[in-house]
Amino acid sequence: MLEIKNLSIAIDGKEILHNINLRIENGKVVILFGPNGSGKTSLLMAIIGLGNYKITSGKIIFKDRDITNLPTHERIKLGIGVMFQRPPTIKGVNIRDIAKFLGNYNEEEFRSLAKLLKVEHLLERSINMGFSGGEIKRTELLQLLLQKPDLSLIDEPESGVDVENINLVGEAIKKLLEKTYTAYSNNLPMKDHHKKRKSSGLIITHTGLILEHIPADEGLVLVEGKIVCKGNPYEIFDTVKNKGFNECLKCAIMK
Amino acid sequence: MSKMRNNEVVEKKDIDLSQYKVEKVPEYISEVDIKKLPEVEKSILLHAGVDLENDKADTFLMKNQTVVHKATRQSGVELLDTNEALAKYPELKKLHWKLIDPNTDKYTKFVYDNPESGYFIRVKKGTKAIFPIQSCLFLETPSVVQNVHNLIILEENSSVEILTGCTSKELGKDGGAHLGITEIYIGKNASLTYSMVHNWHESVRVRSRTAIYVEENGTFISNYVLLKKVKDIQMNPIAYLKGRAARARFNSILLSYPGSFIDVGSRVVLDAPDTSSEIISRVVNKGGKVIARGLISGNVSGVKGHLECQGLILEDGGEIYTIPQLNGLSPDIMLSHEAAVGKIAREEVEYLMARGINETDAVGLIIRGFLYEGLENFPNVLKQEIDRISDELGAKGY
Repeated sequence: MLEIKNLSIAIDGKEILHNINLRIENGKVVILFGPNGSGKTSLLMAIIGLGNYKITSGKIIFKDRDITNLPTHERIKLGIGVMFQRPPTIKGVNIRDIAKFLGNYNEEEFRSLAKLLKVEHLLERSINMGFSGGEIKRTELLQLLLQKPDLSLIDEPESGVDVENINLVGEAIKKLLEKTYTAYSNNLPMKDHHKKRKSSGLIITHTGLILEHIPADEGLVLVEGKIVCKGNPYEIFDTVKNKGFNECLKCAIMK
Repeated sequence: MSKMRNNEVVEKKDIDLSQYKVEKVPEYISEVDIKKLPEVEKSILLHAGVDLENDKADTFLMKNQTVVHKATRQSGVELLDTNEALAKYPELKKLHWKLIDPNTDKYTKFVYDNPESGYFIRVKKGTKAIFPIQSCLFLETPSVVQNVHNLIILEENSSVEILTGCTSKELGKDGGAHLGITEIYIGKNASLTYSMVHNWHESVRVRSRTAIYVEENGTFISNYVLLKKVKDIQMNPIAYLKGRAARARFNSILLSYPGSFIDVGSRVVLDAPDTSSEIISRVVNKGGKVIARGLISGNVSGVKGHLECQGLILEDGGEIYTIPQLNGLSPDIMLSHEAAVGKIAREEVEYLMARGINETDAVGLIIRGFLYEGLENFPNVLKQEIDRISDELGAKGY
């Protein structure tokens, strides 16, 4: 699905991501751990080509196509979706205005997703204006579920979300990544579903809480712009929880 | 651009009116079949929101100083040319030049001293007009000054929407001037939605003087849209809310281009208990200078008013100067204002691009959102033209 090769990026002449290598197979979910300021969000933004940075080396390959220099909206059209951690408020622009650009869905689907995500009361409002933390995540997920991307880039889905909302956010991400039983197509046997499933995800988490909701396949640790560890996401989370990110540095599988 | 300005020395553009020709108002009205107007003129009118194919709406068309067409179609609605109305109903002289003093300024005086023409609209007591009344003031010939005087009367319990399109042909470098006087009387429980599009040629200079008198529980809603480049324009209509619980709302959308000088405001005098008003303006500046004014005066207790001006500067070289003013003359009043001027935020454009929207559409969407946010019940006929222009602005980048 996605392959990043030796990617380095710089902002104002200062390199902030160093020689990143990353691979996400079809249907897999990769968790990206890392302390604040380690470059997680920058990596996500680099994948879709946003932000004020320069690629100094490396390539981004999506579905066997080099997208390193494609404009953002074209990358999105190829099947990438992003859930922003802190999306901006846009006055006078509501979800329906944006949804018109999101591709194939019908009104019925729109309504049922809006109901599922409990955002019906937000559809006509200026996007993110006065939304609570949970409302922001849920409206982000509504857009992604309408867009149906093959690769979802999800930035800190649990931040600013209260306990009540986290379950709903978790369920919606599972649906997006085709991890819920009801999302399985045509009641296929599990083995066939796994083969057929294309939806892949790269999820940034600072707290790791989302792991309680999403079955993840792999974990990466990003510290100071470098990937320092790769492995079982639950094991990594457990280590970080108990001993902090320094333990990952000591381990340094990637050295 | 960076220098601060003193409120008292706001630039004023003077027009030397002697450079324009004053036309006579012909004694007899020559009716033309508006469906046979040249396509180019129809299209100009349509861009000013006036649809001549609409045969349900009462329609009025004036070219320079000559009323060339008027069609009254709804019962309870009277649509005449002002001179005709004054001759027919001498008692109207009491209302003519009553809200606006001829000595207000030299432009007002000029209209007073010279031949003038315009529309007279009266909506009879209890009439709720379903269709709009559309009128078009068309400046057709270069080097001419158009002296307009409109008189609008809504009798008790009546309601109507009046749509006025002010527009011109390509007038070359000689241009033309439009001096417009409009006096509006809104009776008890009556409601007027007064929508106006200014769609001038870039050589036209405009001075518009409008005053509105609103009686008990009456409503005045103005929707004003300036979409095309104009040489300079100055207007600052004033609504006097004289009866208890009268309301006024001014919505303005102003687009400015390099070389334009736009000085547009709205004023409301809250002069009776429980009166209220809102003044909302949106300015998109692609160049040129815009002065956006607003004044609400709370004269008696128990009144409410809010004033809001938002400006978006798309390019270097543009200037937006907002002058929001509140005048409180009683302790028990609630008046507020907010004003903000800025540019399109990069992160908003990027957010939309991350939804698969290209930069042009993203900027268009943001401009449109900016213009409409907070504007209630904006007429669709005006929206179509605004949408088209927002898309155009998006296409030119930001």
